[in-house]
Amino acid sequence: MSCSRMENKILGYVDGHLKESERLEMEKHLAACAACNLRVNEFRAVTGLLDELPVIEPSEAFDLRVRARVAAEPAKQSWWAWFAPSPRVVFAASMLLLATVWLGSRPPESSLSAADIDKINQNMQVLENYDVISDFAPLSELPQPVQNDDDSDANQTQKM
Amino acid sequence: MARSDVQLMLDVKAGDEQSFALLLHRYRTPLVNFLYRMVRNREQAEDLAQEVFWRVYRAREDYVPSAKFTTWLFRIATNLALNSVRDNRYQRLEISLDAPVTADAEDGDEKTLDVAEKHPNIEQHLIEETRRKMIRHAIEKLPEKQRAAVLLHKYQELDYGEISKILDCSESALKSLLFRAYESLRVELAPLVAQQGK
Repeated sequence: MSCSRMENKILGYVDGHLKESERLEMEKHLAACAACNLRVNEFRAVTGLLDELPVIEPSEAFDLRVRARVAAEPAKQSWWAWFAPSPRVVFAASMLLLATVWLGSRPPESSLSAADIDKINQNMQVLENYDVISDFAPLSELPQPVQNDDDSDANQTQKM
Repeated sequence: MARSDVQLMLDVKAGDEQSFALLLHRYRTPLVNFLYRMVRNREQAEDLAQEVFWRVYRAREDYVPSAKFTTWLFRIATNLALNSVRDNRYQRLEISLDAPVTADAEDGDEKTLDVAEKHPNIEQHLIEETRRKMIRHAIEKLPEKQRAAVLLHKYQELDYGEISKILDCSESALKSLLFRAYESLRVELAPLVAQQGK
């Protein structure tokens, strides 16, 4: 194995992640190459130095801030949830359906024959006039007819 | 028996909020540390981590366990971090014209206040602090993608397959990227590496 081929495997060797065959090949090379041997030792030293950096702990507020942000996230609805009606809509639709069924199942209140309807139509004009006249205010201001005199005159005429 | 990440996420998808709390508990520290090492600002790292968890929650309905949960989680985190680093680069350029940001000011997050209590030997503490500062700056000097690769490889202990999916590159490209990154670190940290070898 040449030194240039070793470059990509040197870290794997230091980490202990090489396959058995690769590891043996590497050790054979290292036994014969002082430069690569030195580099392996120096890479080990570097990884050892990196271990010296302390681990920091997140602040106490960190978890709270994450939880608060997550809690503020609105619940996500899938596309088919659009078809799911709200309880209010379901209630209103049910009420409308019940009312329709109830009205449809009611028997007709009266059954009029064609002759009755003709009679009502004929009398309709009279009834309308009566409605108007009965509540016509100016009529109440007219002087009342003297009914007694007329009655006596009529009696006299009959006697004659 | 602890439920797997995928199972927890499927439970979240089914409406179980408690499972999300478990995922949050499981990944809050690794995620904040990864982002902190990427952006070098604690407050910003927490804001980004918060955004990652929120995006995970928001995507719960569409979650399909086609890959490992960590691949998905750190892919979101890496994309956010890379965007943030690129945005910050321009902001820092503008700020540095008037008030240069010193390395000391940025390292304030990890300083221990009670030095005497934790480190009876002040000199030893200062030496350790100087070493850490050098390591942090060596990581910070790496190009963003190399930095992300090293952090995912070293601190999250993800395998090459996962990291290549997160960084959207082939495994061979990732190995090459990691080799260049560790080479840069080896050169940058040469004084410390020499001490380690002794």
